[in-house]
Amino acid sequence: MSDSSDDSGLSRREVLALGSGLLVLGATPVTALTASPAAADESPVRQAVTSKVSFLVNGQRRELELDNRTSLLDAMREHLHLTGSKKGCDHGQCGACTMLVDGQRLNSCLTLAIMHQDAEITTIEGLGTPERLHPMQAAFVKYDGYQCGYCTPGQICSAVAVLDEIRQGIPSHASGDIAATPQLSVDELRERMSGNICRCGAYSNIIEAITEVAGERA
Amino acid sequence: MKSFTYERPASPSAAAAAAAAPGARFIAGGTNLLDLMKLEIETPMHLIDVNGLALDSIETTADGGLRIGALVRNTALAADTRVRRDYGVLSRALLAGASGQLRNKATTAGNLLQRTRCPYFYDTNQPCNKRMPGSGCGALEGFSRQHAVIGASDACIATHPSDMAVAMRALDATVETVRPDGSTRRIPIAELHRLPGDTPHIEHALAPGELIAAVTLPRPIGGAQLYYKVRDRASYAFALVSVAAIVQADGSGRVAIGGVAHKPWRVEAAEAELPRGARAVSERLLADARPTHHNAFKLTLVQRTLGAVLAEARA
Repeated sequence: MSDSSDDSGLSRREVLALGSGLLVLGATPVTALTASPAAADESPVRQAVTSKVSFLVNGQRRELELDNRTSLLDAMREHLHLTGSKKGCDHGQCGACTMLVDGQRLNSCLTLAIMHQDAEITTIEGLGTPERLHPMQAAFVKYDGYQCGYCTPGQICSAVAVLDEIRQGIPSHASGDIAATPQLSVDELRERMSGNICRCGAYSNIIEAITEVAGERA
Repeated sequence: MKSFTYERPASPSAAAAAAAAPGARFIAGGTNLLDLMKLEIETPMHLIDVNGLALDSIETTADGGLRIGALVRNTALAADTRVRRDYGVLSRALLAGASGQLRNKATTAGNLLQRTRCPYFYDTNQPCNKRMPGSGCGALEGFSRQHAVIGASDACIATHPSDMAVAMRALDATVETVRPDGSTRRIPIAELHRLPGDTPHIEHALAPGELIAAVTLPRPIGGAQLYYKVRDRASYAFALVSVAAIVQADGSGRVAIGGVAHKPWRVEAAEAELPRGARAVSERLLADARPTHHNAFKLTLVQRTLGAVLAEARA
């Protein structure tokens, strides 16, 4: 580099070039947006596009018109006010948003609401009520399967699905013989629940709660 | 996230035709694409939702192999009784990847085409030749413990993150595609993923709009089929090193490794060394390795992991 560098590692010339580049981008006329897809892709602003979607949420038919970008999690929390499902990382890493869609658990933050036309969605609100807890909810209470409670709705939805997956004979990384019917064990539960992070570290109590429910159903 | 338009095409050829337009992308499971869209690393103008295309079955082929639809979810593929019985390495690799929630959503084709988890690719404040061609590579002089040790270039040292693809490489899978003009072709999995070279943003051999319709596996070859994955925690983490191996009773076999390159790494000539043990095989497999000082440990780790795999296979 011919210019002297500061601590950022960028030369003065590079900083100037970066600055002028941003100015050019900022000055792009809005009319250029619709010229062609390729040209519009360079633009910082795009019009929001909405779509209609309807699904069955906790047994009720719900119809929404949503910005295409709306995640299934945001549709439940922000549009249907079902705030039981939590937004932790919003990138599929923590599991706090776990809900059941057509009977399977998934990260609702990593899927678009409009991709779920006619789906059957069960959130923590649909599993049980304060008066009639789902057995998994009751077991989490009994065994103190939480501390702050933020990850708990996702943990419980995930745990309900885990027992169903074992019942269906779906193997896991902890299954010794991949061809055999998976057995219920602490190692199996820990492996299958690894997509749900608990920052308070209530894992051992969570495993006890799931084990009790699994035992009742065995 | 940037705004986008959305459609659900009626057929694979209609999907491929629609996807040929600039800025269009397929979405299937979406677990990788939406993650990247939230960070505006991916900014598609138009999403083509292929989930309704009925590409979600697993069928036995005429020659006794298996044809796996592009939309078969990772959970369903890992749990299929034929896969568990005849292609155990594939089932094991799938179950070693991601979490239960992600495997329920992630698809066969999407898993193949997922993008690197290189932290410099994900950090939009860093240079990255894959994300922004010509901007440089932050990983080369950065923290490169997770990165490639072989087949990399001065432009990119990212790895391919898939476990499933490593097993499919060992199984000699073939990718079936539909092109925008409606024609189809078959691509050996060895030729699907590219090495980075000077163009790390071009990651695979598919043309714009080309849609993966299925992955076929040849008839079962038996043997002990194992997948060992070494990572920083026991579950839900990407591989530092992984080994997919199919070992026959006579000591011959196949080995593919993950976590070391821009694609699943297999050198068929190295497999001739199997009777001489893990050290001989890994020396041949990694003969051209150029690790950084952060990830040179991977060379030893490959050898030791392969040693453990061979010991179990022969037990």
